Amino acid sequence: MTDRYTRTAVALHWLIALLIFAAFPLGVYMHDLPLSPYKLRLFSYHKWIGVTVFMLAVLRVTWRATHRPPSMPGTMADWEKLAAHTTHYALYVLILIVPVSGWLMSSAKGFQTVWFGVLPLPDLVGKDKELGDMLLEVHKVLSYLLFGLVLAHIGAALKHHFIERDDVLVRMIPFLRKRP
Amino acid sequence: MRFPAISLLLLGFTTSGYAVEFSILRPQQSSLAFVSRQMGVSVDGDFKRFKASIAVDPAKPEMGKARIDIDVASIDVGGAEAYEEVVGASWFDVAKYPNASFVSGKVTRIAPGRYEVAGKMTIRNVTRDVKAPFTLEQKGDTLVIDGAFPIKRLDYAIGSGIWSDTDTVADEVSIKFHFTLASKM
Repeated sequence: MTDRYTRTAVALHWLIALLIFAAFPLGVYMHDLPLSPYKLRLFSYHKWIGVTVFMLAVLRVTWRATHRPPSMPGTMADWEKLAAHTTHYALYVLILIVPVSGWLMSSAKGFQTVWFGVLPLPDLVGKDKELGDMLLEVHKVLSYLLFGLVLAHIGAALKHHFIERDDVLVRMIPFLRKRP
Repeated sequence: MRFPAISLLLLGFTTSGYAVEFSILRPQQSSLAFVSRQMGVSVDGDFKRFKASIAVDPAKPEMGKARIDIDVASIDVGGAEAYEEVVGASWFDVAKYPNASFVSGKVTRIAPGRYEVAGKMTIRNVTRDVKAPFTLEQKGDTLVIDGAFPIKRLDYAIGSGIWSDTDTVADEVSIKFHFTLASKM
């Protein structure tokens, strides 16, 4: 059965998608808030979501490496396949390194990341203002890049579904009936 | 005639029983830090400028005395935005209360090398009794005092208004002191 993604791949895909759609707007919104308990709480939530994305991303990448995904439709041009593969690999890399950049930034700024306030992640770098500011920029640029690619990914999926009218989107949405 | 002066000096020595009083602070090897908890996460900070008038004889620590005066504006909480907030009215209100202090009272021995000092802590003009356990250790020609004790920030009205919510920033803050003293000789 290679015409559909495995249930695990589908579940991880949508879970990570949902969390990105929570973490990205939250990050953009909270960044400019005046300092308040509310802001501190949002920062914690954002970090907890990020750690969760990272853990799911590790599972997803491991799963992807050990389970062959369905092949792309033969109707796609070579350049389209190349663009799709490139975007997919970039997304895999970004869902791993965006959380890591945030985690390192947090450590450099002197705030340890403690997942759900319970599980402390080690500080891999010490408190360092310049490093913290640099990592903030890195985290920001990578996050925008990730979100941009997510939008491109969605655009491509919709194009497949509504213009090419192929099975590319359906095979990632189990409850949608397969086209005849 | 120098003789009387020298004998006076010797007399001074014998009555003090070879006591060595450590009272010269080495600021580079001393610190006054604190640990707060934000959303369950320990966050470190410290005061960069403080005056510590301490006089301790390791042979008689119970007779030791200390007065610490803190320049509150020298607080470092690891960021400009947080700094603006903590020196502001709802936290330390540095414009109104530029200084905080600790004045020691009774010192008691709790174990070999371990002591506890009772004293009065004043922040934002609020004075509370505190007890701080500490250790004394002679290192080369210096005496090192190390200790920590908890305070409740809301006792001193530190972090009022929206910040009085202790689910975000906990009430308890641990104060950590490390003083390195040299003797007068």
